[in-house]
Amino acid sequence: MEHIISVTVENKFGVLSRVAGLFSGRGFNIESLSVAPTLDPSMSQMTIVTSGDERIIEQIVKQLNKLIDVIKVVDLNETEFVSRETAIIKVHTKDADRAEALRIVDIFRANVIDSTPSTYTIEVSGDPKKIEAIINLLQPLGIKDLVRTGRVAVAREPVRPVAVQTKKVARD
Amino acid sequence: MKLTGAEIFIECLKREGVKTVFALPGGVVLKIFDTLHQQKDVEVILTRHEQGAGHMAEGYAKATGKAGVCLVTSGPGMTNVITALADAYMDSVPVVCFSGQVPTSLIGNDAFQEADNIGLSRPCTKYNFLVKDVNDLAATIKEAFYIATTGRPGPVLVDIPKDVSMAKAEFTYPNSVSIRGYNPTYEGNKWQIKQAAEAIMKAKKPILYVGGGVIFSSASQELLELAEMTQIPVDMTLMGLGAFPGEHPLSLGMLGMHGTYQANMAMHYSDLVIAIGARFDDRVTGKVSEFCPYAKVIHVDIDPTSIRKNINVDIPIVGDCKTVLREFNQILRATVNGEQKELRKPWWDQIQEWQQAHPLTYHQEKDGPIKPQQVVKRLYELTRDRDPIVSTDVGQHQMWAAQYFKLAKPNRWLTSGGLGTMGFGFPAAMGAQAAFRDRLVLCIAGDGSIQMNMQEMATAVVSKLPVKIIILNNGFHGMVRQWQDLFYEGRYASSYLDTTPDFVKLADAYGAVGLRVNKVGDLDAVLKEAMATDKPVIVDVPTYPYENCYPMIPAGGCNHEMLLEDPPELKKKQTGAGKVTPEDKDTVLTA
Repeated sequence: MEHIISVTVENKFGVLSRVAGLFSGRGFNIESLSVAPTLDPSMSQMTIVTSGDERIIEQIVKQLNKLIDVIKVVDLNETEFVSRETAIIKVHTKDADRAEALRIVDIFRANVIDSTPSTYTIEVSGDPKKIEAIINLLQPLGIKDLVRTGRVAVAREPVRPVAVQTKKVARD
Repeated sequence: MKLTGAEIFIECLKREGVKTVFALPGGVVLKIFDTLHQQKDVEVILTRHEQGAGHMAEGYAKATGKAGVCLVTSGPGMTNVITALADAYMDSVPVVCFSGQVPTSLIGNDAFQEADNIGLSRPCTKYNFLVKDVNDLAATIKEAFYIATTGRPGPVLVDIPKDVSMAKAEFTYPNSVSIRGYNPTYEGNKWQIKQAAEAIMKAKKPILYVGGGVIFSSASQELLELAEMTQIPVDMTLMGLGAFPGEHPLSLGMLGMHGTYQANMAMHYSDLVIAIGARFDDRVTGKVSEFCPYAKVIHVDIDPTSIRKNINVDIPIVGDCKTVLREFNQILRATVNGEQKELRKPWWDQIQEWQQAHPLTYHQEKDGPIKPQQVVKRLYELTRDRDPIVSTDVGQHQMWAAQYFKLAKPNRWLTSGGLGTMGFGFPAAMGAQAAFRDRLVLCIAGDGSIQMNMQEMATAVVSKLPVKIIILNNGFHGMVRQWQDLFYEGRYASSYLDTTPDFVKLADAYGAVGLRVNKVGDLDAVLKEAMATDKPVIVDVPTYPYENCYPMIPAGGCNHEMLLEDPPELKKKQTGAGKVTPEDKDTVLTA
């Protein structure tokens, strides 16, 4: 099952490779990983999308916690969360296709952020299903380039308390 | 007053109570060596290979319970010590390794003897540091020792570029360390501990399964109290040997692939496994799906990742073994009464039945070839009064040592468990000897593995570390040969060692003492002579080459299905000749 794990880490050199090395060394999956500094510049926030059965996810969370540069680990699947991904898609648009492309952009509340006589560069944000959907619709026009950020996610303000696992709490 | 990086390094070692550094110099660490040379507080033991330095630091750490320290140069110095770091990581040994690095201005330029020490050591250290500024050096070293010795111990690397060791800074040593991402849990969860204590009271067939964690947290006394109070028998892992007295009536010996019959049967048929500081390694569990099928499992470990990594646990307790055992004892002292003994009588009878049905066994003929088990047994009997420290390499001799050398106390057993590093034993023994100059330190080795760090004999002689090496010399990589006999139809692919060196002459060449046991009748006399020598000694004991180590659970097999002796087709082959048969030599040499 897919899990989104939010990891707060020290903003130091080498931390990303410790996390990446943990996943590759122990054979855990990484579907996507995004990292950027937080409001506190001494820390960075990673959002890792991974998958595995319950036992594997438990190990991933524990192994991440064991890393000395990791400050906090939250398995967002243990609570309600919102997630977003941004894609930038460069599509070939000739003649009649240009109007079709703009219609699709409109439907998905996407933006055209660059334009040439033969291409549009489109920015779209949303959950992965929405991104997949717009890609499917734009594909017939001809996609020249596609980049995706990977997902970022945050827990919803809780209706019930968020299950945060800190290092001091034994997990059972 | 400002100090150089090298002086700061030494001041930090002194404050950490380090008396001995195992080291080998090179270009970028010369400043540090030069400074070490001009002081007397920290002794430098010059090794002949960096791997030796790493294992010596491990041996020192295992015998003393304190961090072992090694110092190596950049590039090849670093790559050579990696094996020892990986070994220490697997076996949770507190080692602080200092490596030299090219000057900061040259890092990343493929400079002479440059290697990415941080990248190389990342997967085999608990943590590693590159010190880029001499002002950070003291605080970094403090953190390194703190991380290495707290929580689940492990190796930590500190990489020091040449210019950092030469630059000057004000020296202040921090009193304490606070790392926001590192807070090991020492206190177990009270409610879980209560649950566990209740389960212990109720269990009809309980078994204690104890590992190296008990030794690292110095919890042997607490373990002994628990076992005696509750009358629960004790299985030890390879790393846990010595945690519980080997001759104690409640000790069932080692469990696992080459564990005793009673230890493995008791695990399999137990209704409550109480795991303390052990990690359910595959050499213990065998086939995971059929491991302890009738048991509830209590697992006490300071490392949360050990819990539920390999097997399901009913009552997990994250915490320090000593602290948790104390709490167990406190609760149980108030509740234990005679009833438990009565309740468990059938279990204890059953265990004794197993014990009597299949004790460890071998057959030594009076004039026949020397059996390796006989050597270990006699060595044990002749030296037990001197409370020796025993190291081993990896292979058959290691398992026989584990089976027949019954340690009474912790911190006497130096062996490479997780990584299974051949060449570990001799330098580890030297590390222990460096910590305890007056103690008897034995190294039980095989003729294959001893050659992997033989060069350290020069260190032993020059630095006066009178380790006694007993080589069980069967002319084979014995455990490989055993597997080939059992699972590869007896084809000895690259396991026969053919021209072994003459170890007696080799010892002589190094300036050590070499002795040989020519027949079983001479064994005691030669061993006694070795123990009475104040120099490093090699005792070369040519042993029966086809002896196999039993009991054995074939890899992936189930714990109650042990091989207890050679299968019939092997028995036929194994005549009592005591020499490698010409046919076997031929198949090896012409293959």
